[in-house]
Amino acid sequence: MKIANEALLSTHGLRMHYGRGSGLVRAVDGVELAAAAGEALAVMGPSGSGKSTLLHLLGGLQRPSAGEVWLAGRRIDGLSEKALARLRRQTIGFVFQAFHLMDELTAAENVELPALLAGRSPRTARRRAAELLERVGLADRTGHLPSALSGGERQRVAIARALVNEPLIVLADEPTGSLDSAATVEVLRLLDSLRTAGQTLVVVTHDARVAAVADRLISMRDGAFVEETRLSLDSGGRLGERLGALTGLEG
Amino acid sequence: MAQNVGAPNKEPSDGYQLRVVQEVLLALLAKEASHGYQVRARLQLALGPLAEALNAGQVYVTLNRLEKAGLVSAERVGQPDRPDRKVYELTRAGRTRVLEWLGDTSWPKPAPAEFHLKLVAAAAAGLADPERLVADQRHALLAGLAAAQRAALTEPDGSVAGLLLEGVVLRLEADLRWLDTCAQYWTSRKAR
Repeated sequence: MKIANEALLSTHGLRMHYGRGSGLVRAVDGVELAAAAGEALAVMGPSGSGKSTLLHLLGGLQRPSAGEVWLAGRRIDGLSEKALARLRRQTIGFVFQAFHLMDELTAAENVELPALLAGRSPRTARRRAAELLERVGLADRTGHLPSALSGGERQRVAIARALVNEPLIVLADEPTGSLDSAATVEVLRLLDSLRTAGQTLVVVTHDARVAAVADRLISMRDGAFVEETRLSLDSGGRLGERLGALTGLEG
Repeated sequence: MAQNVGAPNKEPSDGYQLRVVQEVLLALLAKEASHGYQVRARLQLALGPLAEALNAGQVYVTLNRLEKAGLVSAERVGQPDRPDRKVYELTRAGRTRVLEWLGDTSWPKPAPAEFHLKLVAAAAAGLADPERLVADQRHALLAGLAAAQRAALTEPDGSVAGLLLEGVVLRLEADLRWLDTCAQYWTSRKAR
């Protein structure tokens, strides 16, 4: 319980091993993670470093081989399938690289769906969806099917959907992995606004730009955390002065 | 690299920056004769949040130097109840200098050589662990990337200062990729 009291989301000795003998893969190998409420955390590493598996363990999409996952004071790694499904629906917002929108539903219906599944009234779900689509800059796209939207717009719908049940935490797996650079900036702007709004966020990525949105960045290699970088800017000088040194304009 | 393009007023320590500020002010004056505060306003518009890095007096100090060097001429304009203001205008020599600067393709601050030599020397002498140096450098660049990107994301669409910030972000991204390559090299050397 001690870990659970300090962090909104934490893990202890978390492991995920596949195979055995010489074929053993240690995808996640002894991860100690703690994300405070309101913190935006990035886990960065090359492909195969275990970061996606880690995110699946954090969100209850996979069960660990060993170790513990705590969310809001509750140990979740041993919950039943049914309890996990309820937890995912009500307290976690997921954002995936491939968006995972329902093709036959409009943008608004995609956003409403998790709210309806969580037992909200159709009216409340509709209102929340409209608010969120406006917040992600898609107020004029609510009736569009995903096929009529650009990649960046689809990901913004997916982010709105992730927020519809006011999750305790948003988990994002390579949220810009399928996007061109202009769409990437749209999504970065949105993630940055989530961070400033105090949404607890864990994003795993190989892209330094995505990671740079976080307050704290953890580098992952071979299933383990190897380095940690604080990115919050409250310490050490004004923004302009810090940037000046990067542009050759200090003087 | 940066110093080899004929800077007449080179200062021993920060001559490079100063030289660039001189050329920039000259170029900003090329449009029309202007007061110092107008030049400063143009500079601030172009730099956005980065303008904080320049101290306010530097524009005026530099304009004085340019005047002494004969690159700008200054005309005093009287104002009621206030000290005279100067209106600066490019001289022929100043215009020539601006054109030289525009045509100069040397790229500012090529940093990798210094850092590379730091790693090689540290490893050879056993002074420090190159992997540690790379990791520390990575923390610093990531913090810089976060700062530049946050500033870029808060610029409105179409902001000219946003374009500069985007340049900083892209450059840091490339530097970070190179650091990853450095880390791989020095890690594999250690494993041998």
